[in-house]
Amino acid sequence: MQKLKIKKSMLSHLLPGLASLAKRGLAGWLVIFGAIVVAAVVVMTMVSPWIVPYDPSKINVGQPLLPPSSQFPFGTDNLGQDMLSRVISGGGIMLQVAILSVVVCLIIGVPLGLFSSYTGGVIDRFFSLIMDSVYAFPGLILAIAIALVLGRGVINMALSIAVVYVPSYFRVIRSQVLSIKEVPYVEAANAAGARKRTVLSRYILPNVVPSIAVVATVNFADAILTAAGLTFIGMGVSIDVPDWGWDLANGRNFLLSGAWWVITFPGLMIILLALGFTLMGEGLSELLSPRLEQ
Amino acid sequence: MTVEALTVEYWTRKGKIRAVEDLSFSLEKAETLGVVGESGSGKSTLGLSLIDLVPFPGRITKGKIILKDKEVLKLRKDDLRNLRGKEVCYVFQDPMTSLNPVKKIGDHFVELIRTHEPQVTKQEALKRAKKMLRDVGIQPERLNDYPHQLSGGMRQRVMIGLAIALNPSIVVADEPTTALDVIVQAKILDLLNTLRDAYGMALILITHDLSIVLQRSDRIMVMYAGHMVEYAPSIEIYSNPKHPYTQGLLKSIPNIELADQKLEAIAGSPPDLLNLPKGCRFWPRCYCAFERCRSEAPPLITTGTEHFTRCFLYEEGTKA
Amino acid sequence: MSQNEILRVEHLKKYFPVEKSFIEKMLTRTRHFVRAVDGVSFSVLKGEIFTLAGESGCGKTTTGKLVVRLIPPTSGKIFFDNVEITMLDHEALRMLKRKMQIIFQDPYASFNPRMKIGEAVGHPLEIHDIAKGLEKRKRVLEILERVGITPAEKFLDLYPHQISGGQRQRAAMARALILQPEFIVADEPVSMIDVSLRTAIIDLMLNLRKDFGLTYLFITHDLAIAKYISDRIAIMYLGKIVELADKQTIFSNPMHPYTQALLSAIPVPVPEQKRKITELIGDVPSAINIPSGCRFRTRCRCAEKACEEKEPELIPISPNHYVACNMAEN
Repeated sequence: MQKLKIKKSMLSHLLPGLASLAKRGLAGWLVIFGAIVVAAVVVMTMVSPWIVPYDPSKINVGQPLLPPSSQFPFGTDNLGQDMLSRVISGGGIMLQVAILSVVVCLIIGVPLGLFSSYTGGVIDRFFSLIMDSVYAFPGLILAIAIALVLGRGVINMALSIAVVYVPSYFRVIRSQVLSIKEVPYVEAANAAGARKRTVLSRYILPNVVPSIAVVATVNFADAILTAAGLTFIGMGVSIDVPDWGWDLANGRNFLLSGAWWVITFPGLMIILLALGFTLMGEGLSELLSPRLEQ
Repeated sequence: MTVEALTVEYWTRKGKIRAVEDLSFSLEKAETLGVVGESGSGKSTLGLSLIDLVPFPGRITKGKIILKDKEVLKLRKDDLRNLRGKEVCYVFQDPMTSLNPVKKIGDHFVELIRTHEPQVTKQEALKRAKKMLRDVGIQPERLNDYPHQLSGGMRQRVMIGLAIALNPSIVVADEPTTALDVIVQAKILDLLNTLRDAYGMALILITHDLSIVLQRSDRIMVMYAGHMVEYAPSIEIYSNPKHPYTQGLLKSIPNIELADQKLEAIAGSPPDLLNLPKGCRFWPRCYCAFERCRSEAPPLITTGTEHFTRCFLYEEGTKA
Repeated sequence: MSQNEILRVEHLKKYFPVEKSFIEKMLTRTRHFVRAVDGVSFSVLKGEIFTLAGESGCGKTTTGKLVVRLIPPTSGKIFFDNVEITMLDHEALRMLKRKMQIIFQDPYASFNPRMKIGEAVGHPLEIHDIAKGLEKRKRVLEILERVGITPAEKFLDLYPHQISGGQRQRAAMARALILQPEFIVADEPVSMIDVSLRTAIIDLMLNLRKDFGLTYLFITHDLAIAKYISDRIAIMYLGKIVELADKQTIFSNPMHPYTQALLSAIPVPVPEQKRKITELIGDVPSAINIPSGCRFRTRCRCAEKACEEKEPELIPISPNHYVACNMAEN
């Protein structure tokens, strides 16, 4: 009963929200479409235990390396595991890593960005220097380096990705805050005697949130690709959990021998998920830039 | 120039906005016309429509603009381009952003002159530019400066110089002095008048500042929410304002030459162009609105020689 | 400080350092400053409307912000209600802000676009822990009605972009008044508002002065409005006051050449009025390179040798009429 109640109230907010998005033209549709894709993948992953035709980790449910057929629509891999089932359930790790890394980025990057740019002076220059230095590194390589240090596992992957992306959040927030800092309504808040933290939390943060949303969605897409990359080179998780990244790495070996389906379908799913987030991000940034109409 | 029943609409996502509706007037040679209105009155849109430069999503949906026997709105693209800059010149509001920051002042002039008169050599163009600068009160050496090296007032004078460089018949100045200080403003307005006398061109001054147009125009057009509500010679507007809005405006501008002035406010606020009131657009703020005003829109009525008012108060007069 | 003064400012200065490029930093030793406010002294009496008038760049807005301690002064002293506030610490400043408030020029930009009007106007009460919840709501409604925003209930939940410019400026006044201050700095409060609405806002300010016993420091470039609303007017030029007198005197007997030029340039809403505009030479010098001696001499038609060397003091040439001009001293 509780679940139904929650769903109902969510829908009542969701539908008008979607309707207003649709009115905003192409950008709105991008957001809706991207959101649908992402939602579909998430839902699919969540209900995967109930909808997979075969146990994705069970080996030899069929002959190894069978091409796609009616029995195995996505074929089987070298261990005889059903690819369809693996594809349906393989998103779990990716999503966990992506979500965790975005959360970490938000917790660290946003407050740091706000505080540093609003305070200004030496503190700001110090943090900007650190962030710019990290930002200058090619993302994947830095992630690999950190993952090497931290080791395997979902949390460690998430942390390595987070470290790489915190500077993006920092920079975006900083540029927003710098432009808002001198605006009259912030001056007015200061004139009324507000403390710094009040100004930051109630005046600056709400006006910065849209750009955070944009960064976060693009970050999701990047995180997924980086997670795939890390797994691909073997820095990911252990073998027994189905994972697209793992299948990518594994499937590479069989391309030449003609078993294209092992790598292709997981690869397509990764692309699809990343695309969903990217579309959302693009749509959001379009929607949010020309805010003021005549 | 004659304008007949001009209507300009903006087709926005939120709805259709009639920025200018059913506007007609005529401009004589060497006349100064002051167009007065507040935000949303449509005065800037009017100015832009005279050279068919209304930005998307706006478009001119009705009406005619006739300049020297040519219908401006029906011109081919090339002819229209020739018109702009040569016959009708537009001086934009913001001198800070209207000049190209990477071009020298001299280059601005040369480009303008040679676009419309390609047979003119660069030296010729520069000579003319020097003369223009002298006319607007800037030392000719400044031809070699970049826009950022000049002050706001000087930049606006350069804009005016560019506007008259090709000896147009009409100059449209949209809020030419709003961004400037009072002393510079006075000088620029004087300059415009001097040039008008010297070159025999007509001047359309678009502004929200009634004091300026009262002082310096021959005729004044008062606009409200896209309509022309009153149109008369300035002396008439000053001594015999008919429309309640004009009367209200006159009573609310401070005059430093009066000893103890009591200013009166106009009630209400400018209308939302997406939600215009039915009937007369001014009725919610009018001190003498009656039943009819709320449902019917008044037509333009002749209320004196050359004096037109859009108000039911003067119904006995003939329809304009 | 006399009992009647609510604000006194002595030799107030605010210099802004000019940012130099890296190379310039290495090659030159001298630092340049924009001398926005360069030694300003005046006092405001309780209950009066004191106007700082001048063109853009003269330092009037900066002075206004200095007076409410929105920005710290470079040097000089500020006294409010007999207490020196120049160097107050953060906490004491917060208490001070209950007594002095400021209204900004741009009604569009002075409200947080993401805060409802009700929240925004009531926020100062929260900041100073004066009232919360129902009590806060009651006070917000009261003050909104008082500034002419009716029905106040309706406006509580609206966002700034949903109300007109005139209403926003009234809401700004409500926000400034909700702490019941004694002193308000109004920085060009009507210059970005439609002409037809200005009178209403100005009249509102005058009424509020009567009802709440307020004192205003009014900042404007529009001398016509200054004449309508002020008691005393100070004309500023390049960071200093060049003339200070009550309203009648400034307009009937301006002594400083700059004041004379300004007054002659104001448009008068009468057709075909031929006015003799006092010509000024050239343009306003940059505030980084202020001319030696009298800073107005580069544009003054009566400047003499002495003006290059001696910087004129603001001295009274008659009771309550101060002028800073070497020529006027004779």
